[in-house]
Amino acid sequence: MKRKILILFAHPAQERSEVNVELAKAAAALDFVTLVDLYGDYPDYHIDVEREQKRLLKHDVIVFLHPFYWYSTPALLKEWQDLVLEYGFAYGAKGTRLAGKIFFSALTAGGPEKAYKRRGYNHFTLRELLAPLEQTANLCGMVYLPPFALYASRRAYEEGRIGDHVAAFTGLLTALHEDRMPLAAAARHDLLNQATIRAAKSGETPARKEVPA
Amino acid sequence: MSGFLFQAFVYLAASVIAVPIAKRLGLGSVLGYLIAGIVIGPVIGLVGNETQNLQHFAEFGVVMMLFIVGLELEPKVLWQMRRRLIGLGGLQVGLTSAVIAAGAFALGLSWQMAIASGLILSLSSTAIVLQTLNEKHMLKGEGGQASFSVLLFQDIAVIPMLALIPLLAVPGLSGMGQDAGAAHGAGQGSGHADVAANATDGAGHATMSLVDGLPGWGVTLVTLGAIAAVVLGGIYLSRPLFRFIADSRLREMFTAAALLLVIAIALLMTLVGLSPALGTFLAGVVLANSEYRHELEADIEPFKGLLLGLFFITVGAGIDFEILFADVGTIVGLTLAVMAAKAIVLLVLARLFRLPSPDHLLFALGLAQAGEFGFVLLSFTLQNSVLDTDTVRMLSLVVAISMLLTPGLFILYDKVLARRGAGDSRDDDAIDDAGPVIIAGHGRFGQVVNRLLMSNGHRTVVIDHSAELVDSLRRFGSKMFYGDASRPDLLHAAGIENAAILVVAIDDEEQAVEIVRMVKASHPHVHVIARASDRLAVYRLYRAGADDIVREMFDSSLRAGRYALEALGMHKFRARKAVRHFEDFDRQTLRELAQHWREDVDVFDNEEYISLARERNQMVIDAMAGANREMHDRTDRGWTPPPKPTEPAGRKAEPAGRKADAKTHTEKPVTKPAARKRRVATTPPGK
Repeated sequence: MKRKILILFAHPAQERSEVNVELAKAAAALDFVTLVDLYGDYPDYHIDVEREQKRLLKHDVIVFLHPFYWYSTPALLKEWQDLVLEYGFAYGAKGTRLAGKIFFSALTAGGPEKAYKRRGYNHFTLRELLAPLEQTANLCGMVYLPPFALYASRRAYEEGRIGDHVAAFTGLLTALHEDRMPLAAAARHDLLNQATIRAAKSGETPARKEVPA
Repeated sequence: MSGFLFQAFVYLAASVIAVPIAKRLGLGSVLGYLIAGIVIGPVIGLVGNETQNLQHFAEFGVVMMLFIVGLELEPKVLWQMRRRLIGLGGLQVGLTSAVIAAGAFALGLSWQMAIASGLILSLSSTAIVLQTLNEKHMLKGEGGQASFSVLLFQDIAVIPMLALIPLLAVPGLSGMGQDAGAAHGAGQGSGHADVAANATDGAGHATMSLVDGLPGWGVTLVTLGAIAAVVLGGIYLSRPLFRFIADSRLREMFTAAALLLVIAIALLMTLVGLSPALGTFLAGVVLANSEYRHELEADIEPFKGLLLGLFFITVGAGIDFEILFADVGTIVGLTLAVMAAKAIVLLVLARLFRLPSPDHLLFALGLAQAGEFGFVLLSFTLQNSVLDTDTVRMLSLVVAISMLLTPGLFILYDKVLARRGAGDSRDDDAIDDAGPVIIAGHGRFGQVVNRLLMSNGHRTVVIDHSAELVDSLRRFGSKMFYGDASRPDLLHAAGIENAAILVVAIDDEEQAVEIVRMVKASHPHVHVIARASDRLAVYRLYRAGADDIVREMFDSSLRAGRYALEALGMHKFRARKAVRHFEDFDRQTLRELAQHWREDVDVFDNEEYISLARERNQMVIDAMAGANREMHDRTDRGWTPPPKPTEPAGRKAEPAGRKADAKTHTEKPVTKPAARKRRVATTPPGK
């Protein structure tokens, strides 16, 4: 089965974005991906619940694409969760419409990798900090995968790391689309990046798209 | 009378048939006119010698064209061009004259005749080149600007040439020259030549002049005085004058005034012995910053177009095939030699002045012909016994044929450029950035739009038909123009071709619909945002193709409604949500109703429209009564908690009461659409 992917892209200041916009552009170019610019669709936070739920039902993989704001998503994406994941739709006795779908968050974090450790100044790993999302997915019966993240994203442009990250992202999306990713193994990692590297090494190369770094 | 009507019929019919065909074939309008002229003149002989008289009249088109070019050239841009104007233009005229004169001398002409020929053939055709560059939108590019500099310099250079040519006179030719002047040159002798004759030796033709018989310093003084009059008049007198005329609200008065202005300046320049084209160009530059610029341009444009067309026809009609066929080889050979010489000089100069390399060929091929001033100078040399009749006839043909070949060279250039790929021209687009925003109507509505756009760094061109408003707002530094935005020519002058967005914010609904229809038909790429007074206006604008339609009172009414809800005790966030839901529902209803609205059927006779309006009314009423689940869900969804676990009755009472309370509030906004909708369905349209 070829999976269809829905990316909910949330960035309130895209004119200043260096990484997220590139990820969004590259993903949008894949024909099995639906990219939703949430801040573009709902500039005044007036989310159309009906439309969002219909969109969810049409896809098999749900991805949040966003910068990491105060250890969570930007406000509109939280608003989206509050409104769209309704009782009777996403959770509750009859709320099983999202069950079985794959969910993960693709985010960019300002701090370096060593900060997201018990001993680091953020004290928790990224995966730990995203526990609310993980539990939301669990409650909705979704398959939760760890975050796909870029550390030290504020220096990624200067250090020329964006091109590789974008390629890894499109590779990951392609692998999920073609069902080439062993989900149970991937779910055990701290970051989805590690699973992606593993998948790339195990013979099949994920399709790469040329993206400007 | 019938003679005049017949002539007018022949010229107009020839151009109406030939020009659209030429344009369709990608040959450009100039070649169309030239071919039309050849057909009605030498080929079927419908017109004869009178074309030459007509030509002097038609040359006034060049004067008007330079006025319009001036209008589009702000003084500071002209100042930036000074190096090219003098350096490039001066070198072109000087070098080309020298090369051609050397060639002519080698062919056996006397040195006087050789120099005269060189000077005459060094000039290019302002009419053809500017018209073609304009048509191809190449005038703004580097190559176009360089070409324009050279042409402008040539127009200036004609005056000293007119002074110089009599000094080259060969005594032996004089008797012959007089005869020929009567027989042939009389036709060719033009306003310019007359002027020159007056300016230089006054004794010639008895026409009016302000400088006749004055000493040298007097001539200088009067000349400078005339130029000063044009500049100062343009700066200080034009505004009150145009304001006075605009206030009369008679469109034809403005046209008359614009014509009067151009003719008055041309006359003044003629009287002091300057080139009328130069004078009107100067006036154009002075008025380039004026708020009346677009209106002036729109008024003069059709006259210019017709006169220039007439001029091209007369060039075509004036080709004397008898002389041509008598010595085809020589004449064609000479023409090609002259054009090659001019093109080579131009190529060298393009390199010297570091024009961008894709523009080198445009510059060289575009200016390689001889021009209309060539005719003028030729008849002048004849009168002054510098050249003999045979040479003049031959050179006249060289000039005419080189003009005839020019459109072909432009086509050649297009093909060469096309082969080199569109990469170069893409860059130009990017530099130009998004075209400006045109705002039609600067009342309370247009003003806010304009201020918002300007504060975000966008260029706007604002057009309003109230001269008073334009006057007062220009004092605040807005870029505003006086004019009637429902005129296609005015929108054209304001740059609708390159505009990204047009905001239609005028009061007159008929006009607004007409503007939208027109712009969407001829410039579909322009995003049109239109203001509507009521629902019926929305439908009409929607049908006309407007991209965004804004009901002028809708947003402010919603805000007033929201304040009312808040004052009634509804929580502010809830009130905002209620307004948003109401707005969404109303917009969707409007969109659906617009599908059923028909221009030719009154809404009261439109069954589909009425039944849909009824249905939507019922939805709102049902929602009020809580019967329509879907509608209720839409307005009260969001942050809905899961149902409460069963609890003791006592604790349940209070929140339930609160909920009922809140509900009465939500009902208030939804009564509104019911009332609105009913009004649409049962009362006559707002107007």
